[in-house]
Amino acid sequence: MNEAASNKTRSAAPAADRSGAFRSGSLFERVYAALMNLLEWPFAALQKRTGITGMAYAFALPNLLVFGVFVALPMVLNIGYAVTGSNEMMLGQRPFVGLDNFRTLLDCGNYLSANSCAQDRFWRAVHNTALFVVVQVTAMIVLSMLTALILNGKIRGRGFFRSVFFFPVLLSPVVVALIWKWILQQDGVLNAIILGAGGTKVPFLLDPGWAFFWVIFVSIWAHMGFYTLILLAGLQAIPGDLYEAATMDGTSKMRAFWRITLPLLTPNLLVVLVLALIRAVQAFDEIYVLTGGGPGTATQFIVQYIYETAFASNVHILGLAAAASILIGIVLLALTLLQLRLSYHGKS
Amino acid sequence: MFDFARRHVVAALAAAAALCLPSLALAQTEIRMMWYSDGNEGEVLRDLLDRFEKQNPDIKVVIDRVPYKTILENLPQILASGQGPDLARVTDLGGLSKYYLDIAPYLKDKAYWDENFKEVLPWVRPVDAKEGIYGLMTQLTLTIPLVNTTLFQQANVPLPGPKASWDDWAKASREVAKKVNVPYPIAIDRSGHRVSPLIIDMGGKLMAGDKPALVDDGFKAAMKILYDWHQDGTMSKALWGSVGGTAYRGANEEFANGQVVMYYSGTWQIPQFAKTIGDAFDWQAVPNPCGPAACTGMPGGAALVPIKTTKHPEMVAKILDYLASEPVYSEYHARTYFLPASTGLAKKGVPYKTDNAAVQKSLAVAIEEVGKTSPIAFAYQGFEHNRIMFNATIARLNQAISGEMTLDEAFKRMQADVVDGLAAKGIKL
Repeated sequence: MNEAASNKTRSAAPAADRSGAFRSGSLFERVYAALMNLLEWPFAALQKRTGITGMAYAFALPNLLVFGVFVALPMVLNIGYAVTGSNEMMLGQRPFVGLDNFRTLLDCGNYLSANSCAQDRFWRAVHNTALFVVVQVTAMIVLSMLTALILNGKIRGRGFFRSVFFFPVLLSPVVVALIWKWILQQDGVLNAIILGAGGTKVPFLLDPGWAFFWVIFVSIWAHMGFYTLILLAGLQAIPGDLYEAATMDGTSKMRAFWRITLPLLTPNLLVVLVLALIRAVQAFDEIYVLTGGGPGTATQFIVQYIYETAFASNVHILGLAAAASILIGIVLLALTLLQLRLSYHGKS
Repeated sequence: MFDFARRHVVAALAAAAALCLPSLALAQTEIRMMWYSDGNEGEVLRDLLDRFEKQNPDIKVVIDRVPYKTILENLPQILASGQGPDLARVTDLGGLSKYYLDIAPYLKDKAYWDENFKEVLPWVRPVDAKEGIYGLMTQLTLTIPLVNTTLFQQANVPLPGPKASWDDWAKASREVAKKVNVPYPIAIDRSGHRVSPLIIDMGGKLMAGDKPALVDDGFKAAMKILYDWHQDGTMSKALWGSVGGTAYRGANEEFANGQVVMYYSGTWQIPQFAKTIGDAFDWQAVPNPCGPAACTGMPGGAALVPIKTTKHPEMVAKILDYLASEPVYSEYHARTYFLPASTGLAKKGVPYKTDNAAVQKSLAVAIEEVGKTSPIAFAYQGFEHNRIMFNATIARLNQAISGEMTLDEAFKRMQADVVDGLAAKGIKL
């Protein structure tokens, strides 16, 4: 911008109040300028040392430090806990036991029968998590896809419905779980409606089968909006003239879906699949508040097992909990690598 | 620009110095106390400590009020990391004892403590300490049934007598619940501590010397009763079944809402119910039910313990000495309606400040019940690792109740859990 233009810009700015009242714009500019002047000399000195390219790493350094201290370091310490024993908190006071904790976790007569395992609670949690992941992720993707297809259409109040489906995503998991607990408990809203209609109370959260169903339902209800949004964005990116051409050729809507929509939506579907899988393996907060892992251990998943073994049980078997978390970490790593591989294939 | 910055920086520094001056002049030592409350004891304690601070202006006691769950789950981690408050109110007396400070060297009159608290001082001692004073019991508790007598009147069912068995109470409670249509005939807190009296009453020994001996015939009989009660509706699955693992689930809200006929909990509920129930319905504590072997409750309590990482052991001891002194200890218990752990005060009697008939009757029953407590119950409460046994009992029983395993499988798992839990603490069974 040349000087004449910049002068024009300055003179077009709101006129300063010359009556003596507080001039917030100019005070802010002075403070801002003072701050920038203060920062200028250390950054100029740094840039002289590192060069322009090095400055990018300098700006990323604080974030990397935080990541290192709060993510990478705990991961390394976790490995330390997994190969040591006793219930001492400080790593230095724990005796080295090698792979004993992993052996204890994997000590089973039949991996499909938790009762045959030394650590039956771990395997119940693994089986519950596996079932939850398969059912919840499949249902989540199908329902998100259906919702996205409907919201992509020309329906009345489309903007309103898009907001409504996304709203639960904004809620805290604890709030979601408490709302549904109040609806589903023995004296809750749903049983009141059933009683009013002449039925009998249903033990929604007390029967293992029902509790598992509702845990899946609540989880889908809470998170579906996020995946719907991703798929909706994908649907809107598909050129409309492809569908026009298909219509002119007499292609049915179903065929258009299988031949046009699904193939072009594949990249988004892959993202949704892997994100949903990772989130499902890590499921904890809503379920812990909704059912506490009960009845019995019917809705206890792997993260709750780790939490209770390490912190909540008064015994604090940190080694077992750390070993369990490493085994789950390996599963999540495999899923992440799968996503990368599928994305790479998708691009190529 | 630099003049501008210099003027503002100098002004800011001057303001900060002015704010610091008062605290520098007083040189108070801050003592931090982590505290949870069941009823009004937090307010009572604050009032007592305000008076202590007036007498000791160099000490400021900050009470960090936390939920009970924080004491159970977070405090152990905090203490294990070498951090922690100067004092904490705890219920896992033996489990955390390795973190307590022996304040005996700092006390004015150690003999007073030895004489009045000799029954309970071992509960807060680390396992390898034969003497020393490691904390002050802020309350002695006893498990006890609390009964909604209004429901009994409405159902026209007589209250079982003082020597009634668990079975008598189950029959009567079921009858009342059916007649007045309440959902919970009997509710017991989901806690291994709370089911221990039933185990002892049925002949369970729980300990063999100083080692756990969890599963025996008496224990199995008690577990069968609880299992059957959950199947026939005497105890609703809505309570224990609403949480999993070793999670605690009380039924105090359900009792306060008039939904429970007989609530087996403890004396710490008395002050809370005095506040929350008011005159909504009549209630009172009744004598502990009987089994073939005993009619016992399970003692317990919370203790205010000094933490050994404190930088001010003399001041911490001074605070505990003050709170343990007879006038202060008496006032604390009179206002909180707690049972005193001091034998001297128990003999003299606590001048409870209440005209609430339910509280008066309940406290009278509770004080009488203390004398009937089985030595097995005292020994179990005093066992340092009793939480391992509590957790094993409740977690596995709940799995049996929800159909995940049979009772026999649950017994095997309970035993294995106790062995594993002790092994994690370096103890071989």
